[in-house]
Amino acid sequence: MARIDLVDLAHSYSGNSADESSYALKPISMTWRQGGAYALLGPSGCGKTTLLNLISGIITPSRGKILFDGEDVTQLSTQKRNIAQVFQFPVIYDTMTVGQNLAFPLKNRGVPKPDIAVRVKEIAHLLDLTPDLNRKATRLTADAKQKISLGRGLVRSDVAAVLFDEPLTVIDPELKWQLRSKLKALHRELDLTMIYVTHDQTEALTFADTVVVMHDGRVVQSGTPAELFEKPAHTFVGYFIGSPGMNIMPAEVRGREARIDGHVISLKRSYDALPAGAKIEIGVRPEFVDIANPAPDLLAAQIERIDDLGRMRFARVRIGDLKFSARVRESFSSADGKCGLIFDAAHVHVYADSRLVEGTP
Amino acid sequence: MEKTVNQKAWFLVLPVFLVVAFSAIIPMMTVVNYSMQDTFGNNQFFWNGVGWFKELLDPSTDLGGRFLASLGRNLFFSGVILAIEVPLGIVIALSMPRQGWQVAACLVILALPLLIPWNVVGTIWQIFGRPDIGLLGYVLNSIGIDYNYVSNEFDAWVTVIVMDVWHWTSLVALLCYAGLKSIPDAYYQAAQIDGASRWAVFTAIQLPKMHRVLLIAVLLRFMDSFMIYTEPFVVTGGGPGNSTTFISIELVKIALGQFDLGKAAAMSLVYNLIILIVCWVFYTVMTNAGAARRVKEGAK
Repeated sequence: MARIDLVDLAHSYSGNSADESSYALKPISMTWRQGGAYALLGPSGCGKTTLLNLISGIITPSRGKILFDGEDVTQLSTQKRNIAQVFQFPVIYDTMTVGQNLAFPLKNRGVPKPDIAVRVKEIAHLLDLTPDLNRKATRLTADAKQKISLGRGLVRSDVAAVLFDEPLTVIDPELKWQLRSKLKALHRELDLTMIYVTHDQTEALTFADTVVVMHDGRVVQSGTPAELFEKPAHTFVGYFIGSPGMNIMPAEVRGREARIDGHVISLKRSYDALPAGAKIEIGVRPEFVDIANPAPDLLAAQIERIDDLGRMRFARVRIGDLKFSARVRESFSSADGKCGLIFDAAHVHVYADSRLVEGTP
Repeated sequence: MEKTVNQKAWFLVLPVFLVVAFSAIIPMMTVVNYSMQDTFGNNQFFWNGVGWFKELLDPSTDLGGRFLASLGRNLFFSGVILAIEVPLGIVIALSMPRQGWQVAACLVILALPLLIPWNVVGTIWQIFGRPDIGLLGYVLNSIGIDYNYVSNEFDAWVTVIVMDVWHWTSLVALLCYAGLKSIPDAYYQAAQIDGASRWAVFTAIQLPKMHRVLLIAVLLRFMDSFMIYTEPFVVTGGGPGNSTTFISIELVKIALGQFDLGKAAAMSLVYNLIILIVCWVFYTVMTNAGAARRVKEGAK
């Protein structure tokens, strides 16, 4: 159990080149709180697995430092760092029983036998593996095997953190949900720092209390699920999280007004000092745009289709050449597909070169 | 729908049937025929029933004594070969590089002995080991080791065994290397995370994952070493005395040297049977191990 600090950490698989754009992980500095449940979220190839392998020591960073409770572990081998990791595909030791598999990490560290037995029993109970303890691990199903992998990650009580690298990829959807809630319960029970890598936003948002979103080797935002939803710090976070994603459109912003297509949208905050020459965009989630009948003071749009997502209906509309999503209220209906858009000013954000600009109230 | 009865398809099997008949069944039946008869030349044959087989298994007769002694030598030779080549092959496979140009270099070097024809291997070692002009023999004698494979039984055995190890360990090493390469990286990473020592990685991951290729390697090396003929024949000619006379060498002596076709035929049938039985046992063990696993998994 420990706080993990990353100081100016970066990694390139092609050696220590000066060209930062070739880095799999661009320099980051951040702190992982002891006992936190984190999710590392991002598309494939964004550097999340690299970051995880750096923390566990499977790869050594090209530069920067990793501190566990203030102690520099950057050059320590995986065995010497106190860390557990669960991989995407189940890893089990074929010749051993389930119980021996669970005991393996403890046995290797010279834990006394009676202590091992107690701990293995405890973890097997938590993961519902007790009836299988004496069976050969090779003869189990994929999800039971992955439970064993999880168990080996959790069996050591003194680990600094448990890292999960998309551990539920091979599991059936229904069991996936069960195992995820199990993990959450285990997190509460064992008070461990957990870092969970995934490209599935539902998985990330339900598991973690802090979600770290990565894009192209960089951490673009880290915050609670609500923060990510309401105030994306980067346009990427906007459209990666949420379904449908955030609407992003180029606009001219001056003071408290944004101008699209000649139409003025008022903003909650004032933006006076926007960087010159930057690409200015406004972003607004479909949930905060309502569709109404056309009116002179509303931004005019053409409805292309309406998707019923169960709890809400969203319309795909066009404004000139721009595609846009907006919420459709129960009462709304339109014969010719023409409509106007009502923006919720408090949730319209301004982005300069894809990054959020904080306006002045 | 009514099916048309058409037996013409059987003709398609005819080529295979003919090939198998001429390559296996007819020669085999000829041997069976010989094994029941005795000949004194002039193409005259006399019925002998199972007489040769009885003699073959009775150590007090000349034929039985020679057969059982050479069978003992064969078994001892195969045992020693397996005991050396399998562990050595594993060690070589483990110490081979995993990536880069070195992999190709190692593979080529390892494959070289496998590409050399048997009697060339024999000739190489026959000259290599000679105390007067051979590099190995000369060096050994000049550093004070009295080495002469022509006159000393122990030296002859060592030469034949070292030669086989040199010739065939590569095969075991290449098979094991293929087995090792198929282990996903995640296993090694998980072992690191679990704090496994080098030895634990070997026993818990590498050895179990190599299990299938090792069975194949053992099977191939057993069969090949049990049927050995050319190399010892070229190097030692079965001597000194009869010390390196294996069944195959004995067989050639009886069949072509003494022209005792009946005895030789009986002996080759038994020889063949031993190899068949061993292969069958191996095959059953291997497929059963696989099938048992599938059945267990299917039942879940």
